[in-house]
Amino acid sequence: MRIAVLSGKGGAGKTLVAVNLAVAAEKAVYADCDVEEPNGHLFLKPKENESESVEVTIPVIDPEKCTACRQCVDFCRFNALAMIAGKVMLFDEICHSCGGCQLVCPEKAIHERKRSIGMVQSGHDGEIKVLTGILNTGEAAGVPIIKEILKKVPTEGNVFIDCPPGSACSVMESIQEADYCLLVAEPTIFGRDNLAMIHELVTLFDKPAGLLLNKVTDGENPSQMYGLEHNLPILGEIPYDRELSAVNAAGNIVSREIPKYKNFFRELLQRIEKEASHETNTGA
Amino acid sequence: MKVAVPSEHQTLNAEVCSSFGRAPFYVIYDTKNKTAEYLQNTAAGSQGGAGVQAAQLIVDQQVEAIITPRCGKNAAAVVQEAGIKLYRSISGSIESNLKAFEEQRLTVLEEIHAGFHRHGGR
Repeated sequence: MRIAVLSGKGGAGKTLVAVNLAVAAEKAVYADCDVEEPNGHLFLKPKENESESVEVTIPVIDPEKCTACRQCVDFCRFNALAMIAGKVMLFDEICHSCGGCQLVCPEKAIHERKRSIGMVQSGHDGEIKVLTGILNTGEAAGVPIIKEILKKVPTEGNVFIDCPPGSACSVMESIQEADYCLLVAEPTIFGRDNLAMIHELVTLFDKPAGLLLNKVTDGENPSQMYGLEHNLPILGEIPYDRELSAVNAAGNIVSREIPKYKNFFRELLQRIEKEASHETNTGA
Repeated sequence: MKVAVPSEHQTLNAEVCSSFGRAPFYVIYDTKNKTAEYLQNTAAGSQGGAGVQAAQLIVDQQVEAIITPRCGKNAAAVVQEAGIKLYRSISGSIESNLKAFEEQRLTVLEEIHAGFHRHGGR
């Protein structure tokens, strides 16, 4: 089963939850799709890493053949091309590698070349396979790297996808093949608003989803209220806990260090499995 | 000589818009004829690359100078390639900025920011 862990904002606890679920599953794949700032490897500490470069294609314009007709500039919906003084300027970080400019060029003045934008690392922490996507600093689009990570994910067994924060293209790519989405949210108004955004997203993608409340205190919990109001199953809550924080901040895995969290994440995984199979059985 | 200024509204009384690439309008001012035209920025709503497309619009107007509080690196690359000079706007209306420009009281905009790509987007 593929479980995507996501949140509308950074720092809500996606990596904490995804890493600890992988540990609870014992034999699993942990896929870090937060390619702008992958940090699951700080906890799982994979060994024998292998790296593979991820490349995209970008256009090369032949100035000898180019007649400055501007059709490529007008075609590019990503605005990666500009026409200045009869010359085409390319902004390769904005280019989405669609190849359209090459197709519309009447002079056949455009060909393609490969450009590396980052890499995918794979290694192991015991029985857990760790896949880490790394986008080079300064690059705008991480989607091609996420695609490469997900290609390496096996079709069988437990897979935990640590998604990027927010609800943009990179998150959509990360949850595309997920069987279940676990939404992690903080007990704040800001947390609730971001939760609403990703709830809307997973609903649009028709994914079964559940809510995990993190950093829970005795006070009001706007994210919990959201879950209750929107019939979003609440699968558990993690308290605002100094001990957990200290273990996590030291780069250690709480379910390996603190027995009560070992039990918590095992039970959470069982609840997710039950919820997901229920969704499949009812055809929802 | 034509000068472009990003603007929220189609009037010279408006303040200079804080964004270059995503300004709703540009004032295109002709210093010779003392006339102002308002150009709608069709790039303002772009998902990405607004700076590049907006700069292209300005370049196509045969503008020689831009008065703006800031400019992203992609937009700056386009306008600088076209030989357009960037000047830093001062507080006050577009009209007072144009006056300051004509009296050569504006300084060249040196700092180019890396862009605010994807921040706050959903």
